[in-house]
Amino acid sequence: MSRDSGYDAIIVGGGHNGLITAAYLGRAGLRCLVLERRHLVGGAAVTEEVNPGFKYSVASYVVSLLRPEIIRDLDLPRHGLEILPLESTVTPLPDGDYLGRWADHDRTRRELYRHSPRDAEAYDDFGTLMFQLAWAVKPILAMVPPDPLSMSPRDLKAMLRLGKHARDLGEKQFNALYKLMTMSSADFLDEWFEFEPLKATMSASGIIGTFLGPRSPGTAYVLLHHYMGEIDGVFRAWGMAKGGNGAVSESIASAAREHGADIRLEASVDRVIVRGGRAVGVALEGGEEIYAKTIVSGVDPKVTFTRLLEESDLPTDFAEAIRRFRIRGSSGKVNLSLSELPDFTCLPGRGPHHRGAFSISPSIDYLERAYDDAKYGEFSRQPYMDIIIPSMIDPGMAPPGKHVMSIFVQYAPFDLNGGWNDAKREAFGDAVVNTLAEYAPNLKEAILHRQVMTPLDMQEVMGLTEGNIFHGELSLHQLFFYRPAPAWSNYRTPVKSYYQCGSGTHPGGGVCGASGRLAALEILKDLGR
Amino acid sequence: MLRGTPFHERTAPLCEASDWRRWGGCVAAGAYELTHEHEYAAIRGTAGIIDVSPLFKYRVTGPDSARLMDRMITRDVSTCDVGQVLYTPWCDPAGKVRDDGTVHRLGEHDFLLTSAEPNLLWMHDNATGLDVTIREETEEVGALALQGPASREILRGITEGAVEDLRFFRTMDTSIRGVPVRISRTGYTGDLGYEIWVGAGDALALWDTLIEHGETFGVAPAGLIALDMVRVEAGLILIDVDYVPAHRAVIEDRKSSPFELGLGWTVKLDTAPFVGQAALVAEKARGPEWEFCGLVVDWESLESAYQEFGLPPQVPGSTVRDSVPLYRDGAQVGYATSRCWSPALKRFLALAHLRVPHSSLGTHLEIEVTVEHRRRRATATVARTPFFDPPRKRETPASPTRGAA
Ligand SMILES: Cc1cc2nc3c(=O)[nH]c(=O)nc-3n(C[C@H](O)[C@H](O)[C@H](O)COP(=O)(O)OP(=O)(O)OC[C@H]3O[C@@H](n4cnc5c(N)ncnc54)[C@H](O)[C@@H]3O)c2cc1C
Repeated sequence: MSRDSGYDAIIVGGGHNGLITAAYLGRAGLRCLVLERRHLVGGAAVTEEVNPGFKYSVASYVVSLLRPEIIRDLDLPRHGLEILPLESTVTPLPDGDYLGRWADHDRTRRELYRHSPRDAEAYDDFGTLMFQLAWAVKPILAMVPPDPLSMSPRDLKAMLRLGKHARDLGEKQFNALYKLMTMSSADFLDEWFEFEPLKATMSASGIIGTFLGPRSPGTAYVLLHHYMGEIDGVFRAWGMAKGGNGAVSESIASAAREHGADIRLEASVDRVIVRGGRAVGVALEGGEEIYAKTIVSGVDPKVTFTRLLEESDLPTDFAEAIRRFRIRGSSGKVNLSLSELPDFTCLPGRGPHHRGAFSISPSIDYLERAYDDAKYGEFSRQPYMDIIIPSMIDPGMAPPGKHVMSIFVQYAPFDLNGGWNDAKREAFGDAVVNTLAEYAPNLKEAILHRQVMTPLDMQEVMGLTEGNIFHGELSLHQLFFYRPAPAWSNYRTPVKSYYQCGSGTHPGGGVCGASGRLAALEILKDLGR
Repeated sequence: MLRGTPFHERTAPLCEASDWRRWGGCVAAGAYELTHEHEYAAIRGTAGIIDVSPLFKYRVTGPDSARLMDRMITRDVSTCDVGQVLYTPWCDPAGKVRDDGTVHRLGEHDFLLTSAEPNLLWMHDNATGLDVTIREETEEVGALALQGPASREILRGITEGAVEDLRFFRTMDTSIRGVPVRISRTGYTGDLGYEIWVGAGDALALWDTLIEHGETFGVAPAGLIALDMVRVEAGLILIDVDYVPAHRAVIEDRKSSPFELGLGWTVKLDTAPFVGQAALVAEKARGPEWEFCGLVVDWESLESAYQEFGLPPQVPGSTVRDSVPLYRDGAQVGYATSRCWSPALKRFLALAHLRVPHSSLGTHLEIEVTVEHRRRRATATVARTPFFDPPRKRETPASPTRGAA
């Protein structure tokens, strides 16, 4: 056929998930073409030299849950992937003190004891329980969600496995799991701890990427994800990729190419071509059409179904479910080039803490107040921040003696009152820098360059709808068999031979790659490979 | 009191973990920080400084020095240029390995031999009738291994000569910020790296320079725990762990030939006679009975071994050195002497002795694992070593700054 492009599969979007799908399909012998809109692969996992000599992990900045089996299957270390450990999390406090949590258990215990002997003990008990729960929930993350309403033997079998799994949990664990699913992270942690900065810093992991505050129900569940990495036999699951998060994407791209994939940059897909209910190809902006038997979308559900398809291609109830899919952006990112290290009042001078993370989360009230601003359409005047200094972990990120700083910020609502513009962007950047400078007074003087990413920028630059960092909020009603929509959580879509492999599918966002891998395995099943 | 190395004054206060090990009669840091992860990551990600001063060092000079070396080691010294380094084992007359180390040809008639164990007596025994001088320099010379991807850049800024042009397994005399040193592009990490040899009196000055200049490159002192992990990733053997030196073996069975230790490539049989040559010629002709191999433990099977007890797999955070049996079709066919979870590769690795023919690449075996106090088996596959082998280890890019002129 003259139409034949020679490709078996086309993947829309060269984010890390799309690349993983291409690599796994390639490994199974399929010829894949990845079409990426930007001039580089990686999507939300990119490293860019925005300021010459200084490399920014522009959006995502740490690697937590990247699946070890993907690292092994694709031999990513040979393709350049190196993950370096993050030392610690330090929460500087307004009174000049700090809370530190370190790689060494005894050191952390002693530090917690300093603030609350009670919490120091509770912390270990909490850790044990979370480990048990993470271990219980992990198989769910690794499986293709079954359809609870389907009577197909395959779905039934998977549901049975799930049921057995829940039964196997002890009573204490089951109760805790139920609480995790229903409570707010603030309430849940209140049952365990008394030291405010500890509760606040831990609860912060429950609000990242959501449009919720620490007192909003449902935020407790995400706490579990923090313990998930530990059961992969990877002790220090949290790390930074050498070369920034773009290096993760580049290593996967290299593996995909080795498995025969072609990656075309600056190739923006305008629509998916559907004939008789079946996806047969894509049309690029500019008109070029490319055909293949399998089309896979690695972009978020909104783009996958509303931008790339015609409404008439989809059943009404499904289209409705996608319309309702919550994807409100709430995060911003500030990247700085620095002439010197930030000198924290609470820990003066250079130290190992510079090789770890800093969390600006002095109390639950502080976080909730930051959320209040956003609820009413403003960015937080005093935001929550999660900060690392990538050049302290990989000195190659900045010229010798100079540094880069990565600041993840919440909240910055996509729907800002009056909308985002240049002035608002800079005002947001100022709020971030001013807040941080209260803890590290030399910061302002040290800034050589500043990049501020608002949710709107993330939509415009990275193609993330409303700037949602996870391709859709990770709230319970949008997880597992509901991600992104009931009955279509198994990477297939109502359009035949059109698949989804991005973070908008189970198990969801983060640079973890599970969606890309599971999607590829399902596609291969359908193709009888 | 055990002896400290020439760097002890600096390393002692850094050893927050108070984790001291013994090495060659010296105290050496197991880990400096409370956990060793950062030290491991430094070696693989930036650069680690490892105090390797406890190595035994012998200087061999005189007209017959090359003949002594040739008589001792399995490799062919006549192919070794001045400025070149050979990694080599040496054997007893029965062709069983006594020790392994490096031979540095510093001049036509000037060699340095480094080893893990004392070798003075053995060298003297072999020097009978030869015109050589053997001098032990173990305590006079301190040594630092600077290992990791940033090591070249670090040295480039502080070394007199063109250290960036120094090729893999070559050595040069030079100075670092005025301190006379010898730098060899050698190491025990399987990565880009150097070993810097310095007079004991200058040791602290060298340490200070490397730490100070290395800071912006992310350099970190690294201890023996991290070193023991990276050497497994590099597939490098360790005396007393992966093999018993022939002259210490109380029974024949414990001895290994170079062929049985994966060192066949170092055995040059068609050269001048050397100790053990005849035995090795015969062994080569009939084929070795054992081979030394890399193994990768299959993760899924490890998972199911633990699943039986409702546990996730537990893997060691550093190299474990107790030997465990290996099986094939129910029969024991070998044993693994070093095992290590590789954080870089996310794989559980082992180094093992396997009876031929169970040693060929891709062979599936079973390795014993203890789960909840019970013996279980997980599958493992014979794999190529080094497990971790970055191109930078051997590469010497044409230097842009100093050029060809
Ligand atoms: C600011 C920020 C910070 C974050 N921090 C972390 C973190 O520290 N750790 C972590 O684990 N996760 C973090 N995340 C989340 C994580 O980065 C994402 O969940 C993940 O990278 C998404 O990967 P993906 O492959 O599913 O999709 P994406 O990375 O979004 O990839 C989609 C790709 O499709 C391309 N594309 C879009 N439209 C088209 C089109 N029409 N045609 C062709 N190509 C198209 C895009 O350019 C993009 O490359 C962060 C995200 C953000 C935004």
